[in-house]
Amino acid sequence: MKLTLKIWRQKDSKSKGDFSTYELESVSPDMSFLEMLDILNEKLISQNIDPVAFDHDCREGICGSCGVYINGRAHGPKRGITACQLHMRSFKDGDTIWVEPWRAKPFPVLKDLVVDRSPLDRIMQSGGFISARTGSAPDANAVLIDHDTAELAMDAAACIGCGACVAACKNASAMLFVSAKVSHFALLPQGHPEREARVLNMVAQMDKEGFGACTNTGACEAECPKSISITNIARLNREYLKASFK
Amino acid sequence: MRWITVFLNSSIGKKIIVSFTGIFLCSFLVVHLSGNFLLFRNDAGEAFEVYSHFMSTNGIIRFLEIGLALGFILHIFNTLRLTLENKKARPVPYAVYKPSENSTLTSRSMFYSGLLVLAFLIIHLNTFFVTHRVIGTDVTMYESVVESFKSPVYSWFYIFAMLLLGLHLNHGFQSAFQTLGMNHKKYTPLIKFLGLLFSIVVPAGFATFPVYFLFFHQ
Repeated sequence: MKLTLKIWRQKDSKSKGDFSTYELESVSPDMSFLEMLDILNEKLISQNIDPVAFDHDCREGICGSCGVYINGRAHGPKRGITACQLHMRSFKDGDTIWVEPWRAKPFPVLKDLVVDRSPLDRIMQSGGFISARTGSAPDANAVLIDHDTAELAMDAAACIGCGACVAACKNASAMLFVSAKVSHFALLPQGHPEREARVLNMVAQMDKEGFGACTNTGACEAECPKSISITNIARLNREYLKASFK
Repeated sequence: MRWITVFLNSSIGKKIIVSFTGIFLCSFLVVHLSGNFLLFRNDAGEAFEVYSHFMSTNGIIRFLEIGLALGFILHIFNTLRLTLENKKARPVPYAVYKPSENSTLTSRSMFYSGLLVLAFLIIHLNTFFVTHRVIGTDVTMYESVVESFKSPVYSWFYIFAMLLLGLHLNHGFQSAFQTLGMNHKKYTPLIKFLGLLFSIVVPAGFATFPVYFLFFHQ
């Protein structure tokens, strides 16, 4: 495959960035999107050009590191996958592909396609944890949880914190992320001791970081690589209402 | 009392106020529409005049009117705050952005459909409320209605505004329940269906008035 790549290049967070155009030939349709970027970078290095910086780690869709806006969509044109799980067979020979970093005020661009996603970490630090006693491991069946609830909690816990919800939302809202974390803990008995404080603190931190608010467009749900449902956002609102008025 | 200000200034708090007032305003639409159907009685506006007189003189109605104004103000004020914050959250736009792949146009254009409905509301209030209740006139409310709808410009503008109201309600109705935390696998499909029905029936109901007076009224 022969491709034209329009990639956002930015030296650092203080510099002004712009798109650079690269031509790439003999791209295999079986390559992942990140492997295609690797090939491009090898070519750039051989030409003494600074390679394109992009985040990546596990390359199997579970770490949440890779996250770029590809042709106007978070993680590219396919649903329910990360950029590393996107294959070049999803594109056609001769295509022009636009690659941009996540765009949100709380996610400043550090270099090229790499953004600072530490606001999500600070939201987690504000309440995304449980208090567990130390010592020997508790018996696996000591706390009974029905199957459906356990499944709902697991669905929420599938969030890998990649930030695609923020990137895709027209308001750059992080509510799908926060709602997944709040739901994951609120659904399970282990999360109950800090239930109210958690939702109040996490929402306060989310607002402080400068994310927008949800307008229920459902873009986040559609672009989430883990297909996390916006029913979690309704649960977040419920938890927040309850905690505020208690 | 600090919790109240924290709640009202939080993103979710503001959203909840917008949802709550939105549902309240929906109930107002139903009342307003039902009353207006008196225009269709073939009595030269007699029943409509009695109704209109009652609405403008009854103490309880006048008191509730303050609540209605407050509902509009809170709905608009919080929407403005949220929209400004939402715009600020993405200072650098995408070069290529395809929101139609992941969301509906009505859900993305709530601010604009709302803004146009507001523009309609101001003109509408000026035509009827301000003329009759603030300035005062010898013309009856029924005569005003007939007179206004005889103008094709006003009537078509009215119909266009109802179309936008329908688009606004189409997303707004079901979205309000989602924001209030009411999402349930049994009831959400029902709420969505009712929202769709409401967003068609209510604006269409209002649109029957200009259509009637423009084309069928003798």
